Amino acid sequence: MSTDTILGFAVAGTFVLYALFGGADFGGGVWDLLASGPRKAEQRALIARAIGPVWEVNHIWLIVGMVLLFAGFPRAFAVLSVALHVPLTLLLLGIVFRGAAFTFRTYDTRGDTVQRQWGLVFSGASVIAPVLLGMCVGAVVSGTIRVEGRVVVSGFFASWLTPFSWAVGVLALCLFAFLAAVYLTHEAPESALREDFRRRAMGAGVAVFVAALVVLLLAREGAPRVWEGLLRSPFALALHAGTAVAAVASFALLWTRRFQWARVAAAVQAGLIVLGWAASQHPFLVVPDVTLHGAAASPGAQRLLLVALGVGTAVVVPSLVLLFRVFRPVPTPSAGSEA
Amino acid sequence: MPMTDLLYARAQMGLSLAFHIIFAAAGVALPVLMVLSDWKGRRTGDADYQKLSQKLAKGTAILFAVGAVSGTVLSFELGLLWPEFMGQYGEVIGLPFSLEGVAFFTEAIFLGIYLYGRERVSPGMHLFSGVMVAVSGAASAFFVTLVNTFMNHPSGFTPSASGPMDVQPLVAMFSPGWQYQTAHVLLSCYQASAFAMAGIHAFVLLRYPGAAFHRKALSVALPLACVTALLQPVVGDLSAKHVAKAQPVKLAAMEGQFETERGAPLRLGGLPNVETGEVPYAVDIPKGLSILAFADPDAEVKGLNAFPRDEWPPVAKVHVAFQVMVGTGSAMALLALVTLGWRWRKKAWPHGRKLMWAWLLSGPLGVVAMEAGWLVTEWGRQPWILRGVMRTADAVTPVPHLAAPFWTFTAVYLFLGVTVVLLLVRQVAGTLPTRDSGLPGGEAHVH
Repeated sequence: MSTDTILGFAVAGTFVLYALFGGADFGGGVWDLLASGPRKAEQRALIARAIGPVWEVNHIWLIVGMVLLFAGFPRAFAVLSVALHVPLTLLLLGIVFRGAAFTFRTYDTRGDTVQRQWGLVFSGASVIAPVLLGMCVGAVVSGTIRVEGRVVVSGFFASWLTPFSWAVGVLALCLFAFLAAVYLTHEAPESALREDFRRRAMGAGVAVFVAALVVLLLAREGAPRVWEGLLRSPFALALHAGTAVAAVASFALLWTRRFQWARVAAAVQAGLIVLGWAASQHPFLVVPDVTLHGAAASPGAQRLLLVALGVGTAVVVPSLVLLFRVFRPVPTPSAGSEA
Repeated sequence: MPMTDLLYARAQMGLSLAFHIIFAAAGVALPVLMVLSDWKGRRTGDADYQKLSQKLAKGTAILFAVGAVSGTVLSFELGLLWPEFMGQYGEVIGLPFSLEGVAFFTEAIFLGIYLYGRERVSPGMHLFSGVMVAVSGAASAFFVTLVNTFMNHPSGFTPSASGPMDVQPLVAMFSPGWQYQTAHVLLSCYQASAFAMAGIHAFVLLRYPGAAFHRKALSVALPLACVTALLQPVVGDLSAKHVAKAQPVKLAAMEGQFETERGAPLRLGGLPNVETGEVPYAVDIPKGLSILAFADPDAEVKGLNAFPRDEWPPVAKVHVAFQVMVGTGSAMALLALVTLGWRWRKKAWPHGRKLMWAWLLSGPLGVVAMEAGWLVTEWGRQPWILRGVMRTADAVTPVPHLAAPFWTFTAVYLFLGVTVVLLLVRQVAGTLPTRDSGLPGGEAHVH
């Protein structure tokens, strides 16, 4: 396998991990905004407890993806930075306000009103950021970003403000909210709270299904490559079939309250959706003008990058395992019978 | 390319870095102070050190979070503002960036365990996590400084019209002068944080001289502050000697040296005038520059006039920033000497009003010196983004209306800065003694 392909996989892999971890943190913010019912405060407390120790770590997958992109495929990074300057800047503002407001809420102890205000900034940013992220993805895959030589010729707005991109943005939001709700069923210490998030998870699951359907319908016009990839490439077809199976499984597991396994199925479903995106645009990094190979750094630089990736994996993975072991939810006696 | 968009891009990048640098430095140094007091607390069983360590952990949490998000902004801004630079040289300099990512990842993981895991892990594991935070914080500063060294002294590739050829990332990663610049930057992180912490506790001690908690806090900050303040001039001198050899035009701007001359004087202060080629208001020390830069009173120092005018950095800005850095650095070194002298004679850290005032007033100097030093190296490299290879003007994004993101981020950073200061003030206020009893109070509202 060429270094291009391996690094391409690595970039796709970091995006999968960012969706599964960072995405779920955004989803937590969505449920903070939508907290309701008699256990409103408990819902918010659970979300804060679940996100607190890990959000900075989860969020670093995005930076890893960025670094791999500019070190491994510098031309693609330059093109994307120009074509998507506006949505990426807005996404950054979302990321800044989400992280800062979450931390300020934890340490600003001046009373309920102030806490609520920080909470609103945190949850509002958590809704906006995933939509923008999805819109960028939509623009990249749809073929609306055009490059001549090294110059982006498709303008700074038209490529990402298409109906298809909006639909992908909404899909990302629904998917992240779904992931968060499913994870939270497993994190919840008592059954009433667990039921709250089970209902939310199933609602969000339906929303994911509808949003995915809309994306597919719009893809025929808005992103022909995705549409064709869906029908022609057996590999993409298998990925999408796998996604469907995982989606049905996570629904069935939620229905039967097997939360630990529902979490796994939901993660597989979300991961396959991201991989499905990556597969449908292969071998392009920016459809249709920038390929993996065309944007690639020199083979020597890519090989060293792979070594760094290996070193990073050797250092980070054991540390991550430790982190998640330390903060795994402590099962309560009543949870044991259901798990 | 309209000039104003380039200026806005530079201003936005500069502002983002100036903001981030403070939080990054705190993320490097506060874990060390936090672990030191944690360890002191464990060894002595003194509850005050334990509490200090917890306070420092909260400060670290707030500052690290802002550092993490502002660092994310920077990693995107490299492309958003300088796509030509990243598009061509991303592969040359991607290696230290990736390793910085690894270090940052590790820091975030162990900070999570340290901050939230106090009750969940063994005491040994907890302390180990703190040490890992401190080590990976230093590593991440080390790697990211290597990128800046590369921009100052590019190596590890052959430039060509279509971009870099014959790329050797390992050579680029350790571009000439890396050892001086990384040491200088790491020291500045510890020095700036330790001086800020000492300033805060000196402030409280001036109002409540009997506050035992703050005496102990000062005893944690002062050793680090004194040692770094004395080491920094030595490292800074090595760094300047390297600049004198490797980047003579930057040295000429730093010193306001317009003509090439033997036995060049050291100019203290003054405001260089590029039209007249003079430095009015400066105090000259004969042959000082030749001695400092080349260890030879008659050494030749290249002047700005030896270089094409369009390759001059902004001379006045570089000179003034350099004077500020050296001036504040000297003041801090002097205070460190006096403090250590007192410590040596009296066998205790000082607590008299005069020295407390000196430490209070010196509290911000570390940060001032760090920002000034960073301005020296960045302004001093202009008009190049990659010295001698790519001009900043050729790297900037074609996206128009860059005033909009500049003012947006200015407002955001202002808001974040003010909020962080208020939060930290409240953290300190929670440790103030009640009615001069010397006992910390006001803890009830802090969870």
